[in-house]
Amino acid sequence: MSKTESSKQSYEGVLAGSSAEVAQFIPERRSVLKSIQHALHVNPALIPLFILIGSVMGFGLLLGGRFFSPFSLTLILQQVAIVGVVAAAQSLVILTKGIDLSVGAIMVLSSVVMGQFTFRYGFPAELAILCGFAVGALCGLINGVLVAVVKLPPFIVTLGMWQIVLASNFLYSRNETIRSQDIQAQAPALQFFGESLRFGGAVLTFGVIAMVVLVGVLSYVLSNTAWGRHVYAVGDDAEAAQLAGVRVKRTLISVYVLSGLICALAGWVLIGRIGSVSPTAGQFTNIESITAVVIGGISLFGGRGSILGALFGALIVGVFGLGLRLMGTDPQWTYLMIGVLIILAVALDQWIRRISA
Amino acid sequence: MSGEVILQARGLVKRFGRVVALDHADFELKAGEVLAVIGDNGAGKSTLIKTLSGAMIPDEGEILLEGRKAQFNSPMAARAAGIETVYQNLALSPALSIADNMFMGREIRRSGVMGKVFRALDKRTMDKLARDKLSELGLMTIQNIRQPVETLSGGQRQGVAVARAAAFGSRVVILDEPTAALGVKESRKVLDLILGLRERGLPVVLISHNMPHVFEVADRIHIHRLGRRAALIKPNEYSMSDAVAIMTGAMTPNAGAG
Repeated sequence: MSKTESSKQSYEGVLAGSSAEVAQFIPERRSVLKSIQHALHVNPALIPLFILIGSVMGFGLLLGGRFFSPFSLTLILQQVAIVGVVAAAQSLVILTKGIDLSVGAIMVLSSVVMGQFTFRYGFPAELAILCGFAVGALCGLINGVLVAVVKLPPFIVTLGMWQIVLASNFLYSRNETIRSQDIQAQAPALQFFGESLRFGGAVLTFGVIAMVVLVGVLSYVLSNTAWGRHVYAVGDDAEAAQLAGVRVKRTLISVYVLSGLICALAGWVLIGRIGSVSPTAGQFTNIESITAVVIGGISLFGGRGSILGALFGALIVGVFGLGLRLMGTDPQWTYLMIGVLIILAVALDQWIRRISA
Repeated sequence: MSGEVILQARGLVKRFGRVVALDHADFELKAGEVLAVIGDNGAGKSTLIKTLSGAMIPDEGEILLEGRKAQFNSPMAARAAGIETVYQNLALSPALSIADNMFMGREIRRSGVMGKVFRALDKRTMDKLARDKLSELGLMTIQNIRQPVETLSGGQRQGVAVARAAAFGSRVVILDEPTAALGVKESRKVLDLILGLRERGLPVVLISHNMPHVFEVADRIHIHRLGRRAALIKPNEYSMSDAVAIMTGAMTPNAGAG
C-alpha cells in the first residue's frame, strides 16, 4: 500500500505529520448546561418526574393535609387510571413516529362489547371480556396494516378509525347504557377493576394497580428486549432500521395491535371506574392520552422518550386538576396550566434534540 | 491475487419498467481481495450492489456464493449468508446507543429463564463485544459505549457502521461510498479500516467515486458501464485516466475480464 502511495499518489504525504486521531471517543469537557442537556437526553422522564414531585410538594404546602393525605393522593391515582392506561398505548404508537387518535373510541367499543355480549347474548362475563379484547386487537390490527403495509399516514388512518369505531359503537349499542346495579348483580367480573385495597385512608383500586403494573411491564419490555429496541429504532429512522435487519412492518403492526389490546384493557378498567357500560363515556380520553404523553417528554417525532414519562405526565395533569379544584379555583385554570405545560414540554424536546453534532 | 472465487454473479438483469438497470451483468470477487466497483452515475452499480446484498431481487441471472447458487430475497438473507453491507446512509439509529446499533436486529439474549421467558437482552455481553470490536479496529478509545450515535462525528459513525459489518460479515463486506461524506483525514482512517479487513482475510467490495482512493486500496477494479461490466482491471496495469475513459466509453478495454 505504501508502495503504490509513493509511486502514484503522494498528495496525502503532507498529512504524515498531522494528527492521525480520527474516530476517538474521548468525551469533551462539558459545561453544566451541557451536562444537564445530556442527562435529559439519556433520561427523558426526569423533567416530568421533577415537575410531578414539585407540584405535589407545592400543593401540599398550599393546602396542607387536605391535599397531602393518603386519601387525596390515591384519589388522584384513581382519577388518572384510565388515561394512564390509554397513555401507555399512545406512548407505544408515538414512539414509532405515529399517533393513535382512535384509542378512546377503541376503549369505549371494547367496553360496550364486554357489556353487551354479556347482557344481550348471555355470554359468561369472562368470555365477553375476551371478546372485548379481541375487538380491541382487531381495531389495532386494521390500524397497523393500513399504516405498515398500505403505508398511509398514521394520523389519517387513526382519524378515520376514530370515526368508524365510534360510529360502530353507537350503532351496535343502540345508544343503550347498561346500569351499574345490573352489572353488579349479574356480571361482577366486569367491575373487577373497581374493587380496591384499602390501607387507612388510602384507596388503591385494581384499576390503579393495573395501570402501574402495565407501565412497569412495558418499561421493562421497551428497554430490555429486542422488540423494545426495535420499537425505538423504527420510530427513529424506519429505513435505517430496515437495512439494519429490523422487520419494520411486523414491528409496526405489533405495536398497533398491542395498542388496541391495551385500549380494551382500559375499557374494562373504565367499567370498573364508572360502574356502568356507557357508549358515551371517555370522550376526551384521546386528547388526554396525547397530553399525558407529550407532557411526559415523549417526542412526537418518534424514537425518543420513556413510557414512565407518560405515567408522570398523566399524574401531573391529575395533580393539577385536584389541587386547583381543592383551592376552589375555576377549573379553566387547570386547562390553562396544562396548555402551558404542553408547549413547554415540546420546546424542551426541541432543545434536547439540538444536542447532536 | 489468485484466491478462489467467493462471490460471483452471472448474467444479472434488472429492469425498472423500460429502463434496464442491469443488462446481463457479471461480477466476481475473490478471497482476500479488495474489489472496487466504479461507474458513472446511472451505470447501474448501485443496482448491482443491491442485488448482491439482498435489497433487490434480479429479474434474471444467478448469484453464486462460494460456488453454490444463492438467492437473497432480503438484506437479512444475504446477511445470514455472511454478506454484510455498509450503506451510504449507514443505517444507524441516531437516538440509540453505539452498542444498540451494532446489535440491531440480532440482539443477544440472556441465558436461562430471564432470556427464554422474559426475553431479557444480555446488555453486558453486547457492550463488551461492541467495545472489543471497536478496539480491534483501532477505533477506541470509546469511553461510553452507551453513548447515542447522534453525538458522534461523521467519521466515528462510519467507524461504528464498519465495525458492525466487520463484526458479523463472515464472508464478504460491501462498502457503499464510505468516504463520500468524510474529510481527508477521516477518509484515510476508513481506507486503513478497509486494508485492515483485507489483512484479516475478509474480501471487501468498495463502491466509490474517488479514483485516488480506489487506486490506492483496490486489488482489482470492476468498471461498470451501461448496466454491465465493461472491464475488470488491475490498478497497476492501468492509469486513472484509462479507468475513467473505460467508465465513460471513451476507451474500449482489451479484455472483458482481468
